[in-house]
Amino acid sequence: MAIELSAVRYRYAGASVFALQSIDLRLEPGRVLGMVGANETGKSTVCLVASGFAPRVVGGQLEGSVRIDGVETAVLRPHELAQRCGLLLQNAATQLSNTTATVFEEVGFGPCNLGLPVAEVVERAWWALGAVGIEKLAPRDPARLSGGEGQLVALASVLALRPRYLILDEPMSELDPAGTRLVADALVRVAAETGAGVLLVEHKTDVLERIADEVMVLERGAVALAGAAAPTLADPRMVELGVEPPARVRLERGVRASGVRWSDRLAEAVR
Amino acid sequence: MSATHAATESAIAAAQVPDYVVRRPSGFYRSTNPGTKLAIAALEVVAAFLLPGWIGPPVVLAAVLATAAVARRLRGLAAFGLAASPIVGSILLINLFLLPGATDPITRLGPLAPTWSGLWFGLQTTARLLAFSSAIALVYLTTAVDDLLADLSRRGLGRRAVFVVGAAVQMVPLTIERAGEILDAQRARGMDTEGRFWRRARGVLPLAAPVVFGALTEVEERTMALEARAFSAPGRKTLLRTPADGRADRVLRWVALLALAVVVGLRIAGRLG
Repeated sequence: MAIELSAVRYRYAGASVFALQSIDLRLEPGRVLGMVGANETGKSTVCLVASGFAPRVVGGQLEGSVRIDGVETAVLRPHELAQRCGLLLQNAATQLSNTTATVFEEVGFGPCNLGLPVAEVVERAWWALGAVGIEKLAPRDPARLSGGEGQLVALASVLALRPRYLILDEPMSELDPAGTRLVADALVRVAAETGAGVLLVEHKTDVLERIADEVMVLERGAVALAGAAAPTLADPRMVELGVEPPARVRLERGVRASGVRWSDRLAEAVR
Repeated sequence: MSATHAATESAIAAAQVPDYVVRRPSGFYRSTNPGTKLAIAALEVVAAFLLPGWIGPPVVLAAVLATAAVARRLRGLAAFGLAASPIVGSILLINLFLLPGATDPITRLGPLAPTWSGLWFGLQTTARLLAFSSAIALVYLTTAVDDLLADLSRRGLGRRAVFVVGAAVQMVPLTIERAGEILDAQRARGMDTEGRFWRRARGVLPLAAPVVFGALTEVEERTMALEARAFSAPGRKTLLRTPADGRADRVLRWVALLALAVVVGLRIAGRLG
């Protein structure tokens, strides 16, 4: 049981170069895999490929193998992919259907598409809203939400499909620190309670340090670094790869550089 | 009420769908079933075009205005009328002065000669246009978009078709909003959008291009977002709300459709002059 990418190369339709050069990745249920990298390194493309939507929906050329729980994504139809793997893209404004009058209906849009019984749609919508902590937004008009609220609604909408895996492309980019904490905690909770595997593309390395089990760093469409979250995020090569290390790591380096002893007690206090 | 409709309603009630989702519109005509309103609008449009010029359009206009007045949507209808006035005015002027074959001048204005035939034809044409547009506008003014979509879904219209209708209607306010944001951004960067006509005209391209191209580039992302939410799943979509469709609605709908068929039939038979 896992999402597995083996020797994956992917080229967008009409492009002359491959956006992904050679990607190997494994996302297991209940685990949070963080992904970072400078702009244009292929993070969003990995999201599309890992979820099966590229090339299934967006076209392009795929080499290598992409499997979700042992099934090649190429043989799955879009609605089958959606039930296995929830995909959330960066721009909250384009993630909403624009055809619903309330946030509750927006969150229920996916389950309704599946033709689930009304009672189950209602139950899933409340669960997803609760998981992200936005029950109060339920009666609001989705078109009148702030960017951060829109991201939370979009995330809840994906959760309502109860996929086994969540692939989230910068779901916290428009959130304030409180909203970021809320979503980060929600992701950990969802992963623990439902056993969902989470692939989280995120520039906020502090968040990844706190919630990710493993971290992968991309450079020019290939994996530059990968491993357990804490040591990978503390790797000195992170800055060269265009990624700002977490605040704790920067502080530790600053303290050590100034000649002050970095103790475990200090590290604990910073946490 | 059909058995399917009743079953859906009882499932919604049993599932405790929140009131703000089930919401039922109230008030004269606003609470009428969207399908019934569409049938009435269809009859009005057909009548405006197929009935003789001095009967059809005035009757339709009178019916629409009376309904709008009782439904308290007269002001909204006036706004639609105002928006249509440039087209109406130009049709009237073109026919008044340039109707081919008209030889009954009202007076002479230098090289131009407005004609009685042009005036009558122009008035009939604009009356038809106003009757047609006000019938459609009344549906828009008295029906929430999601009520219309829910009713179309309930009647078995495919989810793609329902989505296209919904997205098209919702796109208008969203595009206006986006145009406002882009205009503000362009002004912040020094673009002059006020003053003389030519100065404002020069601002159209920097405004229109981002609006149009922005909408086009979003299409792919929106498509993926929809697919990621099982939009193309087979089978019937679950409805969380069903607009009321009582006996009066059904009778009214069938009467409207029957009347529509009669008007079309009489027209084909050449009995409408």
